[in-house]
Amino acid sequence: MKEIRIHGRGGQGSVTAAEILAIAAFYEGKYSQAFPSFGVERRGAPVTAFARIGNSFIRTRCQIYEPDYVIVQDSTLIGVVDVTRGLKDDGAIIVNTEKDPEELNLNTKARVYTVDATKIALEILKRPIVNTVMLGAFAGITKEFSLESLVKAVRKRLPPKIAEVNVKAVETAYEISKEVI
Amino acid sequence: MRDIVEGSRAVAEAVKLCRAKVISAYPITPQTHIVEYLAEFVANGELDAEFVRVESEHSALSVCVGASATGVRTFTATSSQGLALMFEVLFIASGLRLPIVMVNANRALSAPISIWNDQSDSTAVRDCGWIQVYVETNQEALDSVIQAYKVAEKVLLPFMVCMDGFVLTHTYEPVDIPDQRLVDDYLPEYDPPIKLDPENPVTIGPIADPNYYMEFKLVQDEAMNEAKRVLKDEDEKFGEIFGRRYGLIEEYRTDDADVVLVTMGSLAGTIKDVVDRMREKGKNVGLVRVRLYRPFPKDEIVRALKDFEVIGVIEKDNCFGFGGGALFHDVRSALYGKSNAKVIGFVAGLGGRDIPYWDIEKAYEMCYEARVKEVPDVVWIGVRDWFRR
Repeated sequence: MKEIRIHGRGGQGSVTAAEILAIAAFYEGKYSQAFPSFGVERRGAPVTAFARIGNSFIRTRCQIYEPDYVIVQDSTLIGVVDVTRGLKDDGAIIVNTEKDPEELNLNTKARVYTVDATKIALEILKRPIVNTVMLGAFAGITKEFSLESLVKAVRKRLPPKIAEVNVKAVETAYEISKEVI
Repeated sequence: MRDIVEGSRAVAEAVKLCRAKVISAYPITPQTHIVEYLAEFVANGELDAEFVRVESEHSALSVCVGASATGVRTFTATSSQGLALMFEVLFIASGLRLPIVMVNANRALSAPISIWNDQSDSTAVRDCGWIQVYVETNQEALDSVIQAYKVAEKVLLPFMVCMDGFVLTHTYEPVDIPDQRLVDDYLPEYDPPIKLDPENPVTIGPIADPNYYMEFKLVQDEAMNEAKRVLKDEDEKFGEIFGRRYGLIEEYRTDDADVVLVTMGSLAGTIKDVVDRMREKGKNVGLVRVRLYRPFPKDEIVRALKDFEVIGVIEKDNCFGFGGGALFHDVRSALYGKSNAKVIGFVAGLGGRDIPYWDIEKAYEMCYEARVKEVPDVVWIGVRDWFRR
């Protein structure tokens, strides 16, 4: 089983990201689960969302304390929230930032990847909403599911009028993520 | 059709498949997406029902009472304070023998203000004459709604499907949404023995003076006991058609277990994974999940638990002034005179406090300890000062 924790701020679509991630894994023929950390929703406040991917039905429902992967949608959370907490040594963390991984000085033995997702989002979506961009990068880096499954999941979860532009965001991030591996 | 949806969506799909005719709800906190999806189904013509939006949960259930009395299938959903506000009408629904189905998304009661999960809301109304089932997964929530209508309409009692708020309602996971044709075969149209009909006027809910009241209550209690047998049969029939059975209780790896935990709801899933893990380390532990809570399956509980030396009951509610949760008291009471087991009540997960693996392991460890030394009857786990108690 792979466990994923997503850190973001209210309004950045972290919960939706976890849901799309679980749907993509489902289309990949796997079992999956996604749930929010059930906070009181406020724009700008730190938000955590979780997802699990496995080969059999996922029974465990507690929060994720030792993730295989962490996605950080907003680098200003680093230092505010302990984003690497419990991250497995052989895991990976993907951060939205224009900086290089070593500049972040993260306290982890896991692999650190950075993607300038805000830039991609502003170019394609014309808004700094990075959740689908980060998922494109996640798929490219971790190979937990294919780009096709992710695109299908975006089309299922997002309303039709914003789905296609987000598909483009996912595809672009997927291509770019090949450079950071 | 296999799909991946939110728990609330799974429930709404079930209500649609059951062709509910009147749905009433108060659409503000504490409510879930369940009634939002249903409002959408009604608005876009997918479900031929009347959606009655009201100004409180008291009214929501009152609308269901009135509608159900006219002989149609009704549905409502609520949580925590909403269920508390329904308190008066809960007894009217069961006393009038109306087969209303409600999904209660289990959430903590204020104060202090909490919107998060626990089971204090529905355990507090265990004696209101509603059948109560607690589900572990979103699949079971969906299937239980279908079973609920079948059972409720046979025994003429209201049925509450309790599913953990957020932990299930807001979780996406794979669910099999059954074929409409199969649900229609399993669940025929509701044909009440008596109903409000202008062509054939009757009085439903008259005054019962002291000469009659007790007999009403006695037959109501008998109907509750009958509900146990009916659910067992209907669960079996459901299994034949849909391939899924749940039973009244579920025993997980209890055959050779040294100690056993008992629980209700979605916590059972996490515990099963802990059981497997502890067994890999040589600790033979087991789990009994109580699915049907009212009527309480006493015989099944006794059969499953009577040979254990130590039983831990772990639950998300507390009986103030006695200590331990409602299930703990019920299990201990069912075992009285049938077993000398030490029963420990573990209170956990109140107000949405997460219950991680290690807290469940601690509960099992304490059960092992109780075999060799005195341990308290009631233990709160996952609180900051764990050792204080």
